[in-house]
Amino acid sequence: MAINQSQPAERLPRAGGVGPLLLDDIVVDDVVPGIGHYRLAARRLRRDRTALLFGLLFILIVVACLLAPVYSHDIARIGPNVNNVTGTIKVDGHTVDVVSPDGIPVGPTWHARYFFGADTNGRDVAVRLLYGGRTSLAIGFMAAAITMIFGVAAGLAAGFYRGALDAVLARLLDIIWAYPAVLLGVAIGTSLALGGLKIGPLTIEGNSIFIPAFLIGFVYIPYVAKPIRGQVLALREKEFVDAARGLGCGSVRIMVREILPNLSSTIVVFVPLIVAGAILLEASLSFLGAGVQPPNASWGTMIQSGLPLLTTSPQLVLVPGGMLVLAVLGVNVFGEGVRDALDPKSQIRLGR
Amino acid sequence: MTRFIIQRTAQMVVVLFCISIFTFLIFQVIPNGNPALRLAGQAATPQTIAAIERQWGFDKPIYVQYLDTMQKILTGSVISYSQQINVLDQIKRGLPATISLAGGAAVIWLLFGMALGTLSALRAGRFSDRVLAVLSLVGISMPSFVVATVALYLLAYKVHVFPLSGYVSLAQDPWQWFLHLVLPWFSLSIIYVGFYSRVLRSNMLDTLAEDYVRTATAKGLSRRRVIVGHVLRASLIPLMSLWGLDFAGVIGGGAILVEVVFNLNGVGQYAAESIQTLDVPPILVIVMYGAFLVVVLSAMIDVLYVVLDPRVRLTA
Repeated sequence: MAINQSQPAERLPRAGGVGPLLLDDIVVDDVVPGIGHYRLAARRLRRDRTALLFGLLFILIVVACLLAPVYSHDIARIGPNVNNVTGTIKVDGHTVDVVSPDGIPVGPTWHARYFFGADTNGRDVAVRLLYGGRTSLAIGFMAAAITMIFGVAAGLAAGFYRGALDAVLARLLDIIWAYPAVLLGVAIGTSLALGGLKIGPLTIEGNSIFIPAFLIGFVYIPYVAKPIRGQVLALREKEFVDAARGLGCGSVRIMVREILPNLSSTIVVFVPLIVAGAILLEASLSFLGAGVQPPNASWGTMIQSGLPLLTTSPQLVLVPGGMLVLAVLGVNVFGEGVRDALDPKSQIRLGR
Repeated sequence: MTRFIIQRTAQMVVVLFCISIFTFLIFQVIPNGNPALRLAGQAATPQTIAAIERQWGFDKPIYVQYLDTMQKILTGSVISYSQQINVLDQIKRGLPATISLAGGAAVIWLLFGMALGTLSALRAGRFSDRVLAVLSLVGISMPSFVVATVALYLLAYKVHVFPLSGYVSLAQDPWQWFLHLVLPWFSLSIIYVGFYSRVLRSNMLDTLAEDYVRTATAKGLSRRRVIVGHVLRASLIPLMSLWGLDFAGVIGGGAILVEVVFNLNGVGQYAAESIQTLDVPPILVIVMYGAFLVVVLSAMIDVLYVVLDPRVRLTA
């Protein structure tokens, strides 16, 4: 990527034959010598309009979900878990039941109250969409953090120490990896939703959102640890590691101070992939009843509860489904832009 | 070669063994309430609960329970909690639907992935390549159950192009079988089409830069023969191993969401229903079979890989 600055000037084509050629004269694509890796990447990313646009879309969704209490309190004037089965609202001068006697909820009103209509309990779909988004996004970010921390640590340790530790870690990762992601999530999710989790003094209730976050983070660990391990195996043979060792650095210091910075591009590229994957997996698990538990709402649980009413009230599925796709698309396109900017030849992807 | 196969098989057996323990522990060590309490119903006396514990073996030490469970799973005599029917019979009943769904979808995503991937590799950097890149990103951002519900609503309910839901067996009526599966196939495939076309595109771009491709062109082969006979062929090998694993993953549980939306009554839907009723034995068995399938297939693919590509180093 960067020009080899130690190249002798004689071997470069001379411009006009007078004086040594300055490296500034050569512009290979957009690689300008003397610019750091990340500044170069930022410069490339700034030019990628599509990626920036979709990144902005995702940020807007995040901000909207963060403002959920404001919307709920000041605009819709109804909480996310407030039932209103017998209530009525005025739409264009007519008085309409929020939930009709047949049990069919009102459709989108496009007004402040019940903007996207109501669900079967008379709850405001728009309010629940924003609150559900908070849950889905929070789980996505928490799970990604867990995956990255443990995945990088496992990959680093396995690749650096090799030998017995590597063999044990590799088998452990193989085991997690062998389960289809949805299935493993379902198994752990069902089990934990039944009884909660007790780790020493820490007790987590069965309906806490930390449970789906932990298990999704856990499921994706091998997808990060395996490629990281491969890179570490190559990096640990490099001269700068020998140099650090020669200076008397310990293993941990070499791993953290010498090898980890060289993994930073890979880590940065992985984060959006994992966030997108985690949001999708959360939705899938909640849809199956093994993820977020009531009374918390998430996009997945909203789709699940709306499915039986698909024919009469399609908004119950289409609204959270559309939001889910937009959020994940935003992360994916932005992440693609980041990947192209950081390392155009990178082959990193989430999958087997 | 023989040595490699033996090594790989031994490794597979170790992983299978660990998976069986791990899956068992997921449902045992994590405190999930006493299953005897749920089996006994609400108005149960301590005597009934104790009797049920004895009958189902919940009072035995954990390693005995593990051995019992494994023996039952391998002989196919696991009984579910909720209706107390044989789990294997239920799985066998759902298998035709699941295999039809997974098999058809796998063919669709491979063909479409190949076509779109080849197209965008040959048009790399041009407008059509960029459009395909965006489309594939949209594809990998859409979870199968959202595609499935939208397709169901638009194409089966609004416009009556396809039947609403359910599964018709192939032997009964091949045409209805096909009609009932079109939407499920495509709902399941979209995410993989996006993924495979991108993988194939980058594989093909790497292969196109190889010396032997230039040699093939230089000796006068037509562009078509170079692309199909040399570039595509070499680029497909890594894709095929991915395909085998994804196929195993879909059969072993990935199809669960689409089955639920379209009410196909396959193995996945059986698992989903068991989750709703918190019926542990079917979930345990299905998760274990699913993981087994992935491990066995991935070992077979590794061996096949070596046969297809002699450059691969023979170390397990």
